[in-house]
Amino acid sequence: MSVSTPTTIQEVKDRNRALIQEVLTVYPEKTAKRRAKHLNVHEEGKSDCGVKSNIKSIPGVMTIRGCAYAGSKGVVWGPIKDMIHISHGPVGCGQYSWAARRNYYVGTTGIDTFGTMQFTSDFQEKDIVFGGDKKLAKLIDEIEVLFPLNKGISVQSECPIGLIGDDIEAVSKNKSKEYGGKTIVPVRCEGFRGVSQSLGHHIANDAIRDWVFDKSEGKELAFEPGPYDVAIIGDYNIGGDAWSSRILLEEMGLRVIAQWSGDGTIAELEATPKAKLNVLHCYRSMNYISRHMEEKYGIPWVEYNFFGPTKIEESLRKIASYFDEKIQAGAEAVIAKYRALTDAVIAKYKPRLQGKTVMLYVGGLRPRHVIGAYEDLGMNVVGTGYEFGHNDDYQRTAQHYVKDGTLIYDDVTGYEFEKFVETVKPDLVGSGIKEKYVFQKMGVPFRQMHSWDYSGPYHGYDGFAIFARDMDMAINSPVWKLPHAPWKADPEYVAIAAE
Amino acid sequence: MSLRQIAFYGKGGIGKSTTSQNTLAALADLGQRILIVGCDPKADSTRLMLHAKAQDTILSLAAEAGSVEDLELEDVMKIGYKDIRCVESGGPEPGVGCAGRGVITSINFLEENGAYDNIDYVSYDVLGDVVCGGFAMPIRENKAQEIYIVMSGEMMAMYAANNISKGILKYANSGGVRLGGLICNERQTDKELELAESLAKKLGTQLIHFVPRDNIVQHAELRRMTVIEYAPDSRQADEYRTLAQKIHNNAGRGVIPTPISMDELEDLLMEHGIISAVDETQVGKTASQLV
Repeated sequence: MSVSTPTTIQEVKDRNRALIQEVLTVYPEKTAKRRAKHLNVHEEGKSDCGVKSNIKSIPGVMTIRGCAYAGSKGVVWGPIKDMIHISHGPVGCGQYSWAARRNYYVGTTGIDTFGTMQFTSDFQEKDIVFGGDKKLAKLIDEIEVLFPLNKGISVQSECPIGLIGDDIEAVSKNKSKEYGGKTIVPVRCEGFRGVSQSLGHHIANDAIRDWVFDKSEGKELAFEPGPYDVAIIGDYNIGGDAWSSRILLEEMGLRVIAQWSGDGTIAELEATPKAKLNVLHCYRSMNYISRHMEEKYGIPWVEYNFFGPTKIEESLRKIASYFDEKIQAGAEAVIAKYRALTDAVIAKYKPRLQGKTVMLYVGGLRPRHVIGAYEDLGMNVVGTGYEFGHNDDYQRTAQHYVKDGTLIYDDVTGYEFEKFVETVKPDLVGSGIKEKYVFQKMGVPFRQMHSWDYSGPYHGYDGFAIFARDMDMAINSPVWKLPHAPWKADPEYVAIAAE
Repeated sequence: MSLRQIAFYGKGGIGKSTTSQNTLAALADLGQRILIVGCDPKADSTRLMLHAKAQDTILSLAAEAGSVEDLELEDVMKIGYKDIRCVESGGPEPGVGCAGRGVITSINFLEENGAYDNIDYVSYDVLGDVVCGGFAMPIRENKAQEIYIVMSGEMMAMYAANNISKGILKYANSGGVRLGGLICNERQTDKELELAESLAKKLGTQLIHFVPRDNIVQHAELRRMTVIEYAPDSRQADEYRTLAQKIHNNAGRGVIPTPISMDELEDLLMEHGIISAVDETQVGKTASQLV
């Protein structure tokens, strides 16, 4: 590989194409053929990114994906705070995913909210052999005694449930009847289903449709629907994201009747069919239920993006266009109100970040949605990819976000990602905890873009200020000037392996 | 003499448990020390030895105690006819849980707790077809080294015998499992002996013994006894003694089976005139259509 830095778009494209060919050479022929379909250099004007997606990962590679249980329990259901979510099966799945996502919520944990607690049926050998339905029934009884203020229960199936054929639907129905029609939702999100966490999102969406919406039909609502009611769909309130989004919608005159599902409640889910508009942030994980509500209840839905002022302004206006002039004026007022703040943030950080390059590899919506926020700070995203995206994600990415020549990598392998970063030499990598230390040890600044690296929120105007500070902190940290490889200073130096 | 590890497989209802218990009772008469491991959730593999259906199966006791680690060997092992040691794996009610996993759990428990010490024979009696990995457990991992397939002249019994041979073949090279032979439990179908011998030949093995049908088996069964115990002087008891002697002399003569295709199996039946050669154009036509 040439070490000279490419300057023109054509040079970048040539370098990226050669890089893809180079990483493919290490694979066996069949693997190389399959992986080649997931890697591409984006061509401006194309309707998608030219990669295959949502296909089974290849055994033997290090994939960064999760499973259907992760998609249902971890993403969609887990944040619903006044319900208890049972990890049904052996203890590991619940234990190792315990409080791993930073879905903030308000409430008294253990009394009326349960977000950071772990409930598991802790399967033993006898539960596998004789079936776990009795244990599940007992667990539900115990929950009712110990946590009487819980508003509902979901049963998140781990792999063995599907293998041994337990009838969790029957247990849920019986217990629901026994507890006066309580919401008890069996979710068939066994980890072996599908190719990634993506199917888990879909299964979880369907469970809400079948076990929350359909069951609550005819139930009296605890609120009076109004003309400006909206529901935030697909915001998991990582580090408070939904809160910094919600205030903008409220300031423009809308009423947020539900948050799906960060800091959300079962009552909010039940109220959502009365919304006038569903505003959808994470398309990938909640487009299914949005489409269902459109078909069944006639609620339109609109995708929006609250990362960075450019996209926020665009989104506020787009949302306002579904309402009357009062709301449209409200949107303009909000944009005007925060202009000074965003100008100050950009004035402070853009000079420090101008021209810096970023490579992303994340889940759901972020591989495209955060691009605008980086660009607001004068930075360029030069490579991006989705863990579990589908073609409609790559279409949105191509049509609205990435620039000509961007390196695209779907379901990237550990090896490919390292090689790409080594050659492209971005100023920042944004990915997950498993990738963080690999790249930091390579001397590349890194931010976790799943958990916001224990920071956040990054959504909304408030979030943008924090986002800008965090990116500056990562890239311009003085720590990167301190490590010196001794063999570079002294050619005679002999490295000795640690014992 | 080293431990003989044998297993009886075969189509459901073919008479595996009856045949195996009568044979093992005869082996006990020859002075052999025997352990029977029932691998069927119905837990009826040792009924004729104990004169009762075993109540305390490994899995039911383990479920009561909490886990299988809480059990002692004495809790699960019952002594039957001629000091034959009997254990039943047990398992869930039909339609729930995973009986296959139960078999795996039980066999591991028996091994870890020294159930195989000081015996000459361990015999596994496994339910009907090999429906999942759990019921193939005795074939895998060198648990059983000789498999005896109980069959008859019925099409489906032969079909099952062939399928079980496929299972043996799958594990024959990784472990040491071999096909000991076929045991034909007479159903009085047409040309039964001839067919059984033919199938054995096709599978590369031998018909160990042809057990004739005799109502005395039913009489003994109703009294929860083997024929060996109920009517030791009967001709049927002699048949089982002969079978036991043949199995005893069969040590080390097991083979890697050569299972055949479904077509070959049908050809076999045609060869013996059980079914007439079928014109391919007639396949799928009803009797009235063919008139």
